Amino acid sequence: MWDVVVVGGGNAALCSALMAREAGASVLILEASPKEWRGGNSQHTRNLRCMHDAPQDVLVDAYPEEEYWQDLLKVTGGITNEKLARMVIRESSTCRPWMEKHGVRFQPSLSGTLHVARTNAFFMGGGKALINAYYRSAENLGIDILYDSPVDDLEIKDGKFIAARVGDKRYEGHAVVLGSGGFESDRTWLREAWGQNERGEWPADNFLIRGTRYNMGVIIKVMMREGADTMGDPTQAHCVAIDARSPLYDGGICTRIDCVSLGIVVNREAKRFYDEGEDFWPKRYALWGRLVAMQPGQIAYSIIDAKSVGNFMPPVFPGVIAHTLPELAKKLELDVDTFMETVNSFNAACRVGTFDHTIQDDCHTEGITPEKTHWARPIDKGPFYGYAVKPGVTFTYFGLTTDEKASVFFDGKASPNMFAAGEINAGNVLGKGYTAGVGMSIGTAFGRIAGTQAALAAKKMKEGAPLHAIA
Amino acid sequence: MQSLDSLTREAQNLAGASEHSVTWHNKGITENEAEVARQMQICNACRYCEGFCAVFPAMTRRLSFDNKADLNYLANLCHNCGACLHACQYAPPHEFMVNVPQAMAKVRMETYMDFAWPSALGALYKRNGLTVAMATAFGLALFLVLALISQGTLWHEPLAGNFYAVFPHNTLVVVFGSVFGFAVLALLIGLVRFWREITPGHVSGVAVGEATHYALKLKYLDGGHGLGCNDEDDKFTLRRRMYHHFTFYGFMLCFAATSVATIYHYVFGWEAPYGYTSLPVILGTVGGIGLLIGPVGLFYLNKRRSPLHGDKAQQPMDRGFIALLFWTSLTGLALLVWRDTSAMALLLAIHLGVVMALFLTMPYGKFAHGFYRCAALLKNSIEKRMPNKVSAGSE
Repeated sequence: MWDVVVVGGGNAALCSALMAREAGASVLILEASPKEWRGGNSQHTRNLRCMHDAPQDVLVDAYPEEEYWQDLLKVTGGITNEKLARMVIRESSTCRPWMEKHGVRFQPSLSGTLHVARTNAFFMGGGKALINAYYRSAENLGIDILYDSPVDDLEIKDGKFIAARVGDKRYEGHAVVLGSGGFESDRTWLREAWGQNERGEWPADNFLIRGTRYNMGVIIKVMMREGADTMGDPTQAHCVAIDARSPLYDGGICTRIDCVSLGIVVNREAKRFYDEGEDFWPKRYALWGRLVAMQPGQIAYSIIDAKSVGNFMPPVFPGVIAHTLPELAKKLELDVDTFMETVNSFNAACRVGTFDHTIQDDCHTEGITPEKTHWARPIDKGPFYGYAVKPGVTFTYFGLTTDEKASVFFDGKASPNMFAAGEINAGNVLGKGYTAGVGMSIGTAFGRIAGTQAALAAKKMKEGAPLHAIA
Repeated sequence: MQSLDSLTREAQNLAGASEHSVTWHNKGITENEAEVARQMQICNACRYCEGFCAVFPAMTRRLSFDNKADLNYLANLCHNCGACLHACQYAPPHEFMVNVPQAMAKVRMETYMDFAWPSALGALYKRNGLTVAMATAFGLALFLVLALISQGTLWHEPLAGNFYAVFPHNTLVVVFGSVFGFAVLALLIGLVRFWREITPGHVSGVAVGEATHYALKLKYLDGGHGLGCNDEDDKFTLRRRMYHHFTFYGFMLCFAATSVATIYHYVFGWEAPYGYTSLPVILGTVGGIGLLIGPVGLFYLNKRRSPLHGDKAQQPMDRGFIALLFWTSLTGLALLVWRDTSAMALLLAIHLGVVMALFLTMPYGKFAHGFYRCAALLKNSIEKRMPNKVSAGSE
């Protein structure tokens, strides 16, 4: 019997475990994965979006609450909860000393990430280094950790947590924090959620999972069965256009294709379908997964010419290279005539001003649909490069409704001892869209709150127990 | 795995078919170098480890890794701290199988061998292990002891520490001077070749200053955050850096002791033995103590190192060198303590045997790492002050 049982082993789970332990609770972490894969999607993260009113160690200038909120409002298109969002934002301005206390180290933004130098604090060594630090701290504080322990069921009575089950093993707790992630690793669920499109395709069959293979959404399903309140659209996710050759799971950051804004993107029919130069790539990359998911075959091709080489993060796999455009089309198995028509009309529409990939420059198109609003330069200097991209799901947004205490709800009534944090409740703040580093801000904020609340709830449960027994 | 590997190779071919610039040995890119290239391609698309050390920032100045000299340079810039392995989302069991410290270590060994002088002796690096080191030391010591026995001078009346009564000064100078001279010459020739091949660019005072500073304080064993490097697991400690400092500075103090003694001898005509409060003895004693603590610590850490770190095949070489340093110091200190007794000749014979073994194995053993590492550090200090040709700052 533990005071607090934490289901999951990523950032939010560990934040809650550490906070609960610091509040004096005995804590058990049940991590589904073996030790070498611990940390869920957090092992692939790299930074935390932080509010700050003045320059702070690795963060330059200021990123005030209001600006952060406006950014979030914009990317989510209003599908957010202002109260919770502002709480997360404020929490992001104060959590870093605590993170450092537990061994996390920060560094200035990485090369090629200039646009987030002001807003995001980078973890030295990335998310896996953060996870390692938290696990070390958890071990030092005497938190019990069990790997290879995927919780497959929860015992809940009248909205109250009793125990977590892993096969025939049973772990009782006075309170629980559900930090077990989304359901992106369950490809069957993704298939059902996305359904069949008008072309008769099952789009999700062509999705890759950028993160962990262990987020099977089992806890979300258990909670749905138990009648917990859920929120969000199961088709909404952090979904990026990634290299089509990436591994099915855990491709992580390096599978990104960062040259989209420098060239054009065509679908399987060799036609453009969206403004590639709408905004800086980091502000748009989470949109493109979904855009590609809507295309036939859920595949698209990012095309650049020799002018762009060296102006974007080098891709992990080499592109398809050709010395002429028709040859490139052939190699990419695209219809050569349509492809040439697309490229030629794009080239003719380019109004090249002063090209500068570091600002929103004045190179744009005129008279074609879709237009390209920045960085539009004719694709005419060989060799030409093509990168096939597919939708890569990082994490899903559908999950449990929670309040500012991270409480789980049953029919609108808060559970006295059940809390949720991380991807499982991120959708409360992030209904759709994404902005770099906000996932970790949400996970850290709610994780810390859930841990404190769970320790408090456990204390109450224990104090209330004798009375209960008499009754 | 297979596909990633072939894709990377394909990329290298497309990027101008292994254009290797190493003219000295005229060898193509090896399997181990291709593996570093494969991993760097992945790392360059991730870059999370940029804060740990100099290898990753140096990597970001490149788009392809098809240049043999570049790969040799990066490999020798790596201090094998282990931080990037434990932080790596692509480390085994991930199918990308990224283990930068290990891949780099394997290439470092090849560098030592490829640039060795005379080239034929390069292969000795592979045979230079704990057993060889200790056997050489023991064999030489035994030889000297037997020589003394045959002369009937092994056991003698106390000679007040007068070594030269046992082995004449000039004999020692000729024998040890020539072996040490050869060791230094062999290493320097290798180093100069390496330096030319990695095409460092203009050597400025600032760059030399920075590289020296980083080498002397072992900057890149601090993890970039000052918490240190990894040994058995993902925990950071400053132990390895500390023990290396004990070893290096201990060695340098012993070297200083010998140098001062040489000056005493030739410049001032003051002959050994020197008193316990004399400069050579103080330097040698302090250095000797450092050279006991350091190697013991390094040996202990080497035994506990995560099997994923570095190249297991090189452990014997590492340990052989560590052991010789330790025994050099121990026998030297023993000689100092008992130099006024009848056992001096025996102790001297053993000490000289160990020192000779150290000198003999020096140019083809772990000692070389310091030379190549310093060259790589200096190139890095030069390179980072040059304009960056790659501007991948699209984010």
